[in-house]
This record gives sequence, C-alpha cells and structure tokens, in this order.
Amino acid sequence: MPIISSAELQIQSNNEFFPSNTNVKSNPFFKVLFLFLCFLLIDSPLSFAAEDLSESWFNPNRLNMLIFLILFFAVIIYFIQRAKKGKSLFIRRIAGLDAIEEAVGRATEMGRPVLFVPGIEDVNQIQTVAAMIILGNVAKMVADYDTPLFVPICRPFVVPVAEERVKEGYAAAGRPDAYNRDNVRYISDEQFAYAAGVQGIMLRDRPMANLMFGSFFAESLMLAETGFLTGAIQVAGTANIHQLPFFVVACDYTIIGEELFATSAYLSKEPKLLGSLKGSDLAKAIIIGILALGAILETLGITQFTRWFFIE
Amino acid sequence: MRREIPIAICFLVGISFILEYFIPHEDVLSIFETIRQWAIIVIAFAYVLGIANLVRINSHVIQRKGRDWPYKIILVVSLFFMITVGIIFDIFGIRLGGIGEGTIFGWVYFHAQYPLQATMFSLLAFFIASAAFRAFRIRTFQASLLAVTAILVMIGRVPVGESLWADFPDFIEWIMNVPQLAGKRAIMIGAALGAISTALKVLTGLERTYLGGE
Amino acid sequence: MRKILEKLESLDRRIIFIFIGLSIAIPLLFPVYTDFSVTAPVEGFYDAIEELSPGSKVLVSCDYDPGSMPELFPMNVAVFHHLFSRGHKIIVMQLWATGTLLAERAMNEVLQEFPDKRYGEDYVNLGFKEGREVVMVSMGTSIPKTFPTDAQGTKLEEIPLMQGVTNFDDITILMNISGGLPGTKEWVLQVQSRYGVKLGSGCTAVSAPEFYPYVQSGQLVGLLGGMKGAAEYEKLVQRPGTAQRGMDAQSVSHIVVFLFILIGNIAYFSVKGKKKRLKVSR
Repeated sequence: MPIISSAELQIQSNNEFFPSNTNVKSNPFFKVLFLFLCFLLIDSPLSFAAEDLSESWFNPNRLNMLIFLILFFAVIIYFIQRAKKGKSLFIRRIAGLDAIEEAVGRATEMGRPVLFVPGIEDVNQIQTVAAMIILGNVAKMVADYDTPLFVPICRPFVVPVAEERVKEGYAAAGRPDAYNRDNVRYISDEQFAYAAGVQGIMLRDRPMANLMFGSFFAESLMLAETGFLTGAIQVAGTANIHQLPFFVVACDYTIIGEELFATSAYLSKEPKLLGSLKGSDLAKAIIIGILALGAILETLGITQFTRWFFIE
Repeated sequence: MRREIPIAICFLVGISFILEYFIPHEDVLSIFETIRQWAIIVIAFAYVLGIANLVRINSHVIQRKGRDWPYKIILVVSLFFMITVGIIFDIFGIRLGGIGEGTIFGWVYFHAQYPLQATMFSLLAFFIASAAFRAFRIRTFQASLLAVTAILVMIGRVPVGESLWADFPDFIEWIMNVPQLAGKRAIMIGAALGAISTALKVLTGLERTYLGGE
Repeated sequence: MRKILEKLESLDRRIIFIFIGLSIAIPLLFPVYTDFSVTAPVEGFYDAIEELSPGSKVLVSCDYDPGSMPELFPMNVAVFHHLFSRGHKIIVMQLWATGTLLAERAMNEVLQEFPDKRYGEDYVNLGFKEGREVVMVSMGTSIPKTFPTDAQGTKLEEIPLMQGVTNFDDITILMNISGGLPGTKEWVLQVQSRYGVKLGSGCTAVSAPEFYPYVQSGQLVGLLGGMKGAAEYEKLVQRPGTAQRGMDAQSVSHIVVFLFILIGNIAYFSVKGKKKRLKVSR
C-alpha cells in the first residue's frame, strides 16, 4: 500500500498557492503585502539610536522581526484554515521520502529488518520531533509488511516517545500484537558509543533498509559507511548542514534541510500539516522576492530597503 | 486533560518567550530571567530523571538477562562510580575526589574517555577516504562537479596546495566565500523556516509527538 | 591489465585504510613544517584580540570534547596564550561537560609560560553549566545569577576579576571554541544577535563552512576553521604547537585521498570503456 503517490496528490494547473479565480487586485492579502513593501521602501522612521529601553514596553528596533513573525504565522494559519475547508494542496515529490517505502518493501522481500536511527539529540530538539513523526509513519508501514523494525535510541527521554510512536504505528495498521518493545532500544548517551552500538546492529542484524532521520553529527559518516558495507538501502535526512555532504556521498537518498520538516505533511497527507507546509513555502517565496529586490536596489545604490531588515 | 494541560503550558510558555524578545521593560525581563533560572534548575533535575530512566531501562535488561546484559552492569556501575568520585572531595584526607586534573575523575577521564572518544572520532579519517574513493566517480555532471570541487578544496586547504600554486588558498577562500556560502545560506534559511513552522505546530498543539502516548 | 583495473575499481577498503594510516603517522613522527599563509578569517580573529585595550575582560567558552581535541585544543591553548601575552583577563566557561577538564588542561599548559598570572585576578574558571541556550540567554541578563560560584565553589562577588561583571555589556569580546551543539551557531543566534556582543569562533573543519555566512555578515569577527585554522593562528601568535605539527600529516593524507580518487576514476572509466567495446563487438 503506497504511502503517497503522485496520483493522490491533487495537481492544480495554474499557480498552486492561490485558487484559479483569485483576483489579485481585490484580494486583501495582496493589498496588505503591497502596502508592506511600499512601507519598506520609504526611509524608515523607526531607526532609533541606542537608548535606554528599560522602561519601554516595546523595542522598536525589533519591529521588523515582529512584523515578519506575524506575517509568517498568519500565512501558515491561513493555509491551515484553507486545508481544513477541504481545499486540495499540491506538494512536489520528494524522491527520498518515496524511497522509504521502496526500502521497506525491499527489506520485506529479503526477509531482513528495517533500521530506523532518529539522530542523537534529545526530544526537545525540533529535528528529533520531526524524526519521531517519520518513525510513526514508518512503523505503520512495517506493520503492514510484517517486517521487523529496530530503533536504537541515544537519549533516555526519547525512548518512551519512540516506543509510543512505534506502538501507535502498529495499532494504526491493525497489528498491535506484532509490536515488540525490545526493538526500541536505548544504546548510550555518548555519541560514539551510540555510533558503535548502531554499527554493531548493522553488522550483526544486517538490516536491508537504513532510515536515518534527525540530528546527526560526526557519527553520520560512520553509520552511513557501515550501512553501505552491509548492502542496505539508505535514506537519510538531517537539517545539520555540515553532515549533509557525508549523507549525500554515502546514502542512496538524502533529505536536505527543510525537507525533513516537510516529511510529516508529506507522509501523513494530513490537511493541517499540508497547509502549514504550504504556508512556509509561501513565506520562503516572499523572502526570495525580498532578497532579489534588495540585491537590485543595493546595486542601484538605494539602501533604505535593506536597512529596514537590520536588527539594532 | 492529560494532554491538554501540557499543550496549554507549551503554548503559554512558548508565546511568552517569543514576546520577551520584543519587550525590553526591566520588570518583564526580570520575570523571564527568573523563569530561566527555574529552567536551568529543572534541566539539572532532568539529569536525575535521566539517570533514573537509564537505571530503569538497563535494570530491566539485566533482570531478564537480555541482550548484552553484562555490559549493562558495567554501564550502571561505571555511572555510579564516576558520580561518587566526582562528588566526594576528600578520601582519607587526600583530595582524590572532585573534578579536575589529579583527581580520580580526571584520571579516568584522560585514560579512558579521552582515548576512547578520540579513537572513535579518528575512524572518520578512514571512513572519509573509503567513502571518497567510492563516491567520487565522475558518472554525471553533478558528480563530476562534486568530485572536482572536493579535490580542489582538499588540496588547496593544506600547505602542499600553496606550494603547488601560491594563489591556491585565495582561490579556495573565493570558493568558500561565494558559491559555497550562497548554497549554505540558502539551506540555512530554508531549514530555519522549516524549524519555525514545526515549532509553531508544536506551540499550537498541531504537533503532539513530544508528548508520547496516552 | 584489465584484471588490474577491475581490481583497482573495487579496491579493498583495508588497503585504503593502510595507506591513510601511514600517510598520517609518518609525517606526524617526522614533520617537515611546510610553510603556509594565513587566511582572512583567521586574521580577523587575531586582529580582534590585537585591537583590544589592555586589561580587557574576555569570555572564552570551551565547548568541545576529546573527539575534536586535535583540532580545537591547539587553538584553545593559542587563544589563552594570545590573551595573556596581551595582558587581557580571561573568564573561562564551558557548556559541554566534557570540556571542563580540557579547558583546565589548556589553561595549565599556558600558565607554565605565564607564572605571574593569578587565579581570580587574571583568569577565572566559571565551570560547566547545563542548559545550553538557556544559559547563554541568561548570561545576557546576569552572569552572577547564572554562575553564582566559580568551578571551585567560590562566590563570584569574592572574585576580584568578576567585580563589575554583570552581563555581556561588561565583556569586551566572547571567544567560542566549538565542537558542535551547543556552539558557535547558538552563540550567534542567542547572544550575538540579541545582545550585540563581539564574537569570535574556533570550530572543527567540518563546521567551518557553515559559519562563513556569519563572518561575511560581521556577526563573527573571525573564524578559526579546523586544524589548519589553528595552525595559522599559532603562526600569528608565534607559538608553534600540535596544529602546525599536524599540517604535514594533513597535507600527505589529502594527497593520498586525491590519488585514490584519481585511481578509482581511471579504473572506472577503463572498465566502463572495455565493457562498452565488448557490448558493441557482440
């Protein structure tokens, strides 16, 4: 059973951010955006010199950041509301995430387990949260295929969260009896002790699919290389930029940076999560536009626009 | 209410700390400073919880004589040994306890943890070499770009590169400051927006993974 | 010839490991000390300390572990040496538990060259505090509240060097020796951007490219990247150490990796070409 296929993703022929009947001139969102950009072009009256703000209830030097945050949150909430109303939202294929199912299928064919490594950071790190979301979806998949799933954990606090996600995954697939608590294993808090433990699992149990999602550091290449040696299909994803090159060279598929955070929406297809993904994509598009505009204006010697984005 | 209360706490505290960034009033800052001190204390107590969790998990394995149970005994004994020698300052009048060079803790650190950790990290040199040999094959345009850039930076960043060409370091600095920086900045901005979006989902309760199960 | 090329294409990793091991060990044992120039990010780091007025209070956060010691310990020692030689005061702290003993060792090594330096007057060790970014932000409000005592348990108000040090406004510059998380990125995000304190970083080579945007934007005054950065800095402060000694090993090992990549590609294309010709002839 596919998690998601392009046929299930609704494709809109025109601009997917807005309905085809959107009149740009009358849409209030565009009016606000236009006024905001005009305001940015005017020499900002808010360039306060450094002064004592200890009696003040608002730091005007951070107004630009506040406006950005409000706009960003508003955009995300807007798309979540649209998704709740049943509007279809398109997201592009992410090859690495589609490959997860392929990897699990291959493991099932070969009669070998699947290994899921959720990174080495604690549950308070956002990447670990993203990894736990993916784990739940992977657990549901392996339960459908009746393939063993090993989850080695680095931090004690992550263990109960991972156990629950795997249990929920098995329950969602209608196979709560197949859940084996021993397969979610705490290894060690220490980075390289954990890496050595996971390498041991790879070499002894020979998983056919290695799924590595979360926050990784120096142990990333060790895990990826060892996994390669065992002939496993490897899909990795991290927002730690410095480890991406190692995953790119050693793994079959790599999820880069923000794609890791998009995974929850991609795998679950839940409208609210898809909506938040679309919202952050629109925010990114706006930032790209501002960057391009700022570069052009700076080249022409107009500096007021970019000065507005400085934080004193 | 078992899930609603933590979600409410998460939302209130999260929004408060976001707003704190914009409010410079000293009375407000002192409130948040107090909360941060509480957070530091709670984090310290999290170590106690972490130790308890660790002992619980490993004692179950030891009891059942599960996988690698002898190593679990070593783990638990080592844990309490290091805690004990780190806390107790004087043993028979000799300052052997505490944390520092010349103490038992320091001796174990420099003779056990230091070489073990350095050894594991050193393995990366070998793994990088074998990964580079295998992965830097010029199969496609992107692969050739990767290989050529990697070779140039590898040679240019070491003294022998400068011996071959005096301007090599400047060329490498250009690669680091222009194309590399542009790509890194783009990924950083994207990842940051993704993280903000995920954090917003956590704050508003859309994302409840961190709560665990029912 | 074909068999040799096929064997080369799928060379046993252990042969690669042997060559890498020898290429690192031999130059370490018999260093040549090849000369090298200093790059701009390292110069920025050095100049930032040179420009400080004598007696400035500098906060040095030693956030690394034994794994990254070969790269970061030499720069830690060089930073302490540079600061003491310029007459500055050093406030040491750690956000990594594994950094406490390493910072102490680095300080002990440098104090042998500066026997006149007094604890509490010229330098102080605040010790390790768990809390990561919470500790960083908390220090921006009050350092004494975040670190009520130093690593030895002495109250901060009893330490002469810490008199008048309330928060980052009283620190001239912050130097971070970073092995990962929490590290330079967190100091930039939580401290430099919020409180505007001057910040310099020494980090592992693998992390250095990530921090170039911060150097370009001025959020970092300078950057020491990996062992090369440490070696360049040792050259600037005229204190040769283990980083300079390691440069020859790094040079030779990089060349060996390059040669293996070359061999791999030659073998790959030769075998690929042969297979194509065989296919055509059939």
